Amino acid sequence: MLTAIITISLLAAIFGGLLGYVAVKFHIEGDPVVDQIDALLPQTQCGQCSFPGCRPYAEAIARGEADINQCPPGGESTIVALADLLGLDAKPLNPENGTEDDTKTVVYIDEQVCIGCTLCIQACPVDAILGSAKQMHTVITDECTGCDLCIPPCPVECIHIIPVKQDIHTWKWPRPAPPIASPQTSAKAKV
Amino acid sequence: MEFTKLTSSNLHNNANITRIMREVLLALIPGIAIYFYFFGWSILINISIAVLTALAAESIMLILRKRPVMPFLSDYSAVLTAVLLALALPSLAPWWLISIATLFAIIVAKHLYGGLGYNPFNPAMVGYVVVMISFPQHMTQWLLPNQDLSLMQTIALHFQNISLNGLPVDSITSATPIDSIKTGLSLDKTIADIRTSSIFGKIGGYGWEWIAGGFLLGGLWLVFRKLIGWQIPFSMLGSIAIIAGIFSLADPTHYASPLIHLFSGGTILAAFFIATDPVTASTTPAGRIIYAIGIGLFTYIIRTWGGFPDGIAFAVLLMNMAVPTIDYYTQPRVFGAADK
Amino acid sequence: MMTPRKLWSFHGGLHLPGHKHVSTQHASGAAFIPERLILPLQQHIGEPAEPVVNIGDHVLGGQLIARASGYVSVPLHAPTSGIISDISEQKAPHPSNLKTHCIIIKPDGKDDWTELEAITHYQQLDPSALRNRIRDAGIVGLGGAGFPSFIKLNPGTRTVIDQLIINAAECEPYISCDDQLMREQPRDIIQGIQIMQHALQARHCIIGIEDNKPEAYSALENTLSELSISDIEIVQIPTIYPTGGEKQLIKVLTGKESPSHGLPLDIGVVCHNVATAASIFAAIQFGKPLISRMVTLTGDGINNPGNHHVLIGTPVDEWIQHNGGYHPAVQQLIMGGPMMGFNLETDQVPIIKTSNCLLALNSPENSPPAVPCIRCGACMDVCPAKLLPQQLYWQAFARDFDKVQDYNLFDCIECGCCSYVCPSQIPLVQYYRFAKTEIWAMERDKRKSDQARLRHEFRLERIEKEKQERAERMRKKKAALNASKSAASKDDGKKQAIEAALARVREKKKQNDSDIKNTNNLTAEQQKKISEIDARRKKSTEKPVDD
Repeated sequence: MLTAIITISLLAAIFGGLLGYVAVKFHIEGDPVVDQIDALLPQTQCGQCSFPGCRPYAEAIARGEADINQCPPGGESTIVALADLLGLDAKPLNPENGTEDDTKTVVYIDEQVCIGCTLCIQACPVDAILGSAKQMHTVITDECTGCDLCIPPCPVECIHIIPVKQDIHTWKWPRPAPPIASPQTSAKAKV
Repeated sequence: MEFTKLTSSNLHNNANITRIMREVLLALIPGIAIYFYFFGWSILINISIAVLTALAAESIMLILRKRPVMPFLSDYSAVLTAVLLALALPSLAPWWLISIATLFAIIVAKHLYGGLGYNPFNPAMVGYVVVMISFPQHMTQWLLPNQDLSLMQTIALHFQNISLNGLPVDSITSATPIDSIKTGLSLDKTIADIRTSSIFGKIGGYGWEWIAGGFLLGGLWLVFRKLIGWQIPFSMLGSIAIIAGIFSLADPTHYASPLIHLFSGGTILAAFFIATDPVTASTTPAGRIIYAIGIGLFTYIIRTWGGFPDGIAFAVLLMNMAVPTIDYYTQPRVFGAADK
Repeated sequence: MMTPRKLWSFHGGLHLPGHKHVSTQHASGAAFIPERLILPLQQHIGEPAEPVVNIGDHVLGGQLIARASGYVSVPLHAPTSGIISDISEQKAPHPSNLKTHCIIIKPDGKDDWTELEAITHYQQLDPSALRNRIRDAGIVGLGGAGFPSFIKLNPGTRTVIDQLIINAAECEPYISCDDQLMREQPRDIIQGIQIMQHALQARHCIIGIEDNKPEAYSALENTLSELSISDIEIVQIPTIYPTGGEKQLIKVLTGKESPSHGLPLDIGVVCHNVATAASIFAAIQFGKPLISRMVTLTGDGINNPGNHHVLIGTPVDEWIQHNGGYHPAVQQLIMGGPMMGFNLETDQVPIIKTSNCLLALNSPENSPPAVPCIRCGACMDVCPAKLLPQQLYWQAFARDFDKVQDYNLFDCIECGCCSYVCPSQIPLVQYYRFAKTEIWAMERDKRKSDQARLRHEFRLERIEKEKQERAERMRKKKAALNASKSAASKDDGKKQAIEAALARVREKKKQNDSDIKNTNNLTAEQQKKISEIDARRKKSTEKPVDD
């Protein structure tokens, strides 16, 4: 009996010491989880998740204050990736945050109407609008993430949403119909 | 001119699952015929019970799982499972035991895991193990050879437990040769002594050696037709032969020779028909060899030192568990990749 | 020169019914001038060409109509004389059935040609200049991939290439355009190969031809002996699909395996298609740019199958009608071969530089619905890239795009051998194509989102910086103000006088506070006026305000 107690205590001490040593020696500065979460988010910076940008949302998820299903531009694939990373269950997108839209969009400024007020420039989270006070504004389409944050501030409603056209280079082969009698997996399969 | 959209333009050969399963069943016929010759109608009755139960269970499960019944019922996979199970179970096992084993195999081991292609464990072996553990007594009721019972008598025997001339069932059953070796050894008899019993033939169990020969013929035909690879049968038989050879050369009085091991029990049947089940076996060429060697070794170990008379079923299930790991570590070197 | 040469073999492969004789019964047909020519600006791998003509321009045959843009790009030429009728989006011969940017020419039927610059002594040309001429002729690999040929004729940092391999295998069933070309124009091919050898400075050249093409083999053999050429060797190889795959052919002829994340150039080998050699000959010897090619028209859905020269840009429907039309029972039209081609939904698409075959079938391969995979491994046994197609299938099916790359998805050449043998009838190649394009789309998205993150972080930094600059400016201003304040206090006497005056005013105010004279002793008249004003003021403040 005594030998058992001593043996267990000794083992606990050895392994505890080992764990402590490793925790100190291999400690990483900063919070890598936040970086990993941020790497999975689409960087639209749209705010639909109710946080002012993707990084604050990532930090909230890391703190456990936000759920992983609040990002509409990321959609189901992002939720599944976050679930994989954090070891949580994937769940459907929270409808309060928006709906997932498969078509990618960018915005376009109607130059006939633009008055050069720079309100949209101040709103764009990735500085994708070129222009300055009383000068023509224009959207750099390649940098536009489709977050639509520039549309509310525009006083003359000259900003329009246009879908990004698919061309031969961005076309994807469709997934073949699954074999009959295969189990329909839940979050992962999108038949 | 417009054309309807078709998914793929690929040519195809005529391979399909139904054909493969049918040929495997045909390859079993020589062995079953010889079985019938030595042991009478029992085996055919067992096969019928198992097949009917299997088809019924498969249909019910497909309907419950809301899947289309026809392609799956006609692909003979349930039939094959049932036939193999009937061949593995004792010839005088009660009809309800055969049904339970089949139900377990089809419902639990196959459909509850997702149906054809998704089960990790060999369904026939799962069914066998379940009844082996639950009804150990009944699993020893092996019919003696050359009893010459007619069909009606056999039916009476199976379903009403009435034997020839009113004698109890025990008088026409015995343990398998492998089993008697085990009991004999535990009573400190030597192998040579045990061999003299009438249930042994020239190289293996009497009658059983011919049945094994029949299955060997069928199995070699399947390898020739490229329906199963050579890796699994030859690795499994090879590993049993080698390890049995090593031990019996070292101590012939206490360890049975390789020939006895190969031609008794269900060894040949397992090597060519059970371990080669593609869904549950390893899928890479090198992996298959490792998988089969594992089955061979475990079979010998369980037979010689384990608590059960025949270890094939457990060996197969143990190696089924190891298959994902084996597959992961035995990927072939891809064309153009540097040698690792 | 027939020496019993050692051949190697590659893993897997299939013996397929060839169906070659269907289209090789008679000589090839000449090119015809269609009603209109639709020329996509991208008929090659790399950057699309840029138009140098405008709508309404008259062009001559062989005239440049679009120039190469960037390094991996080739120019485009008018196949015949006519008017540029449009530059717009047209349906492309692509599995997506999407549109692509095209130049459309309305031929005038005269077939007037521009002046061509022939080079008779290419051997005197520097290899680099030779490559530029090949590029200027718009030549791409005619085997199907369409990689700009001039780049593959560049030995790179190596000064000498060990082997130039000419792919005359044509292993896919039904396709026979290369076979026909070898039978009819063996000299053009051999001389084209010699030009390529010069550009590459290749030591040795091997032509690999399948043994089901004896006529083509003899034609080339005879040409080699007529021209007394000793450094080009022609070798017959066993007919196995897909021995015409670049990596497989190199393995068969040299025993070397081209590295999976590299190029054949890394092992000193360059591989070109046999038809490309013929077009290079025409480009150098006659200065003729790539404006036509041999295409196979075959299948039981075609009334008169055969091989034809076709002008690039010829619409498929016009071409088929010109050559006898469809069989009434036709159901399927494939661009390419039955293993690697893709279905066309409409025949109103043009033939482009990489089109090698149009296959029309009456009874398409109606595959029964797929059942689950039983892990039989038949696919693994036939895969020429030694992959595990069953594992690739399971990962692609589960959308596990990381694992599927662990199993070397991008080494798959999409030959279709696995789908051919699958007993569960699973369309395996479609799964791999799906996985590849999904992965590319994900990589594109990742690049975009990384860029967006950088821009966002920079923007936050910029705003922060501006804030700090403003704060800095404020600080400076305040400091300046304080400095000027303290500067003023130097003149003390003046200050004191001001202070004294201020004090006097304050005193006076205190004394006279109660003496506000002008509102005392008001007359009645004045008081009445005051009360009227007060009443008016009250009324106006009580007025309800419209919301």
